[in-house]
Amino acid sequence: MFAYCTDPASLDGLAWLACYLTTGKHMAFYASFGTVMLLLAVTAPTALLFGFGGAVAARARFLPVRMLGKTYIAIVRSVPDIAFFLFFVIALDQGLEYLRLLALCPDWDQPVRQGNDFVVCSAAKLPSNSAPQWVHEVYGFLLAMFTFAIVFGAFAANVLFGAMMAVPRAQIETAEAYGMTRAQTFRRILVPQMWVYALPGLSNLWMVLVKATPLLFLLGVEDIVYWARELGGSVTPRFSDYPHSDWRVWYFLALLVFYLLLTRVSEIVLERLMKRLTFGQATTGGMAA
Amino acid sequence: MSCVETIADYALRSIGFGERLLPREGYTLCQQFTLIGSGMIWNIYFGVLALCSGFVLAVALAVGKASANPLFRKPAEWVIFVFRGSPLFIQFFFAYLLFLSLKNSYPFFGAFTAAWAGALVVLFLNTAAYSGEIFYGALRSIPRGDMEAAEAYGITGWNKFRRITFPTMLRLAWPAYTNEAIFLFHATTLVFFSGFPAWQQRGDALYYANYFADKTFNPFVPYPILAFYFILLTLSVVGLFALASRRLNRHLPREARQKLRLRPNFLR
Repeated sequence: MFAYCTDPASLDGLAWLACYLTTGKHMAFYASFGTVMLLLAVTAPTALLFGFGGAVAARARFLPVRMLGKTYIAIVRSVPDIAFFLFFVIALDQGLEYLRLLALCPDWDQPVRQGNDFVVCSAAKLPSNSAPQWVHEVYGFLLAMFTFAIVFGAFAANVLFGAMMAVPRAQIETAEAYGMTRAQTFRRILVPQMWVYALPGLSNLWMVLVKATPLLFLLGVEDIVYWARELGGSVTPRFSDYPHSDWRVWYFLALLVFYLLLTRVSEIVLERLMKRLTFGQATTGGMAA
Repeated sequence: MSCVETIADYALRSIGFGERLLPREGYTLCQQFTLIGSGMIWNIYFGVLALCSGFVLAVALAVGKASANPLFRKPAEWVIFVFRGSPLFIQFFFAYLLFLSLKNSYPFFGAFTAAWAGALVVLFLNTAAYSGEIFYGALRSIPRGDMEAAEAYGITGWNKFRRITFPTMLRLAWPAYTNEAIFLFHATTLVFFSGFPAWQQRGDALYYANYFADKTFNPFVPYPILAFYFILLTLSVVGLFALASRRLNRHLPREARQKLRLRPNFLR
């Protein structure tokens, strides 16, 4: 990156470190922090959407829908989330390929599962074998994102379900007294009022989501954990201009600090948001303000 | 090979007894149930030991954080912040690598590079921090009247803590603490997916579930089996904690007893 980096062997001390930290691979490492932020930015609203759907389903009047919503919430809560991540990444992939098989290869007559293989016709492969590398990476990221959204959607559904229950009954009764239908009450009274009750739970959920992002590594995305392991491992002069011993412990220390900062910043922002939203509301937070 | 033989061979595989080689073909339901169940031994080992040891430190952290003396308050606040503010996954990696580099200078740390000790230390500190925060919250919501009544009876100092503050704190924190216990058991599945190696393929339940999913390329069998075991585990944890809750609340009139919420809104 710097002009004096052309001959690494002649460098030492800080100049060496400055050059070392700006190699191409390190740039990829810094970019992967962007991957984590992108995942957070995309997953949070998607999970909220899933959560909203789950919460609405869990309080539906139609029994099967209600059961479905409640089962979704209960199962995701009683099984470790990492098991879900590992499960959904393969399951979603195979499910999509199976659907494409049905649509694209109607004359396919072999079973999909042959022994220990999952076989579909080549047109149904996702992404197709000839696709460039970035398509594979984007596809992997999308699968991971969707998996996160399903799991955290269940947590969000739990929070939103509680928040809907927490809206004072009198508000709903007043709306009914004005002759609003169930849908109108829901849209005009319940949904606008539930957010303030949902916020503590949602803030908590955000923290859990932030702390779940390193699991991206397990889903095969080249995230910060991947790069920390790659770059931190011992490098010999044979493979690099910048040999060093096993530095993984420092790289992981850096990740630890990154997450602590992210948590602290989130805490401060969420506290402010809570103060603003509860201002003048008839809750303990609003009373205090 | 009949199912009974499979159970005899693999039921204790995760702690090193029985057949050494993992199944390489067939992958019958019986094999999957047995091995994943065998892995649960590790999940229970980590969960129970971390929970019991973490409880002691958690009470100390909570009292420390509530203390007026910054000498006690600051360290407690930092421990809680560091362990609650960073992902457990990264903590495992960091701890493993730290123990690995410490091992070079002090052979004493050799044991901690193995999962049974190293991961246990991380889980212990982690659950202590989470429970410490829960207990701290409970400590602050003890009704003033209870403390004043104690003082009016002349109960002070250690006696007051032992007989009034501590039981009340525990009683108030119990629903959230139950939740923490469930999450701790879930967190134990991360051990063998972070830095800690599974020596001789002796892993936990998720390790074996993942093994089968990789070999058969069919996630629809091993993961539901894992889910089944964890639902059982979660239900038994909830049951045990409900028993304890009954004992903690036994002095209260029946209507005032908090019902232990099976599905608390609280997240970890």
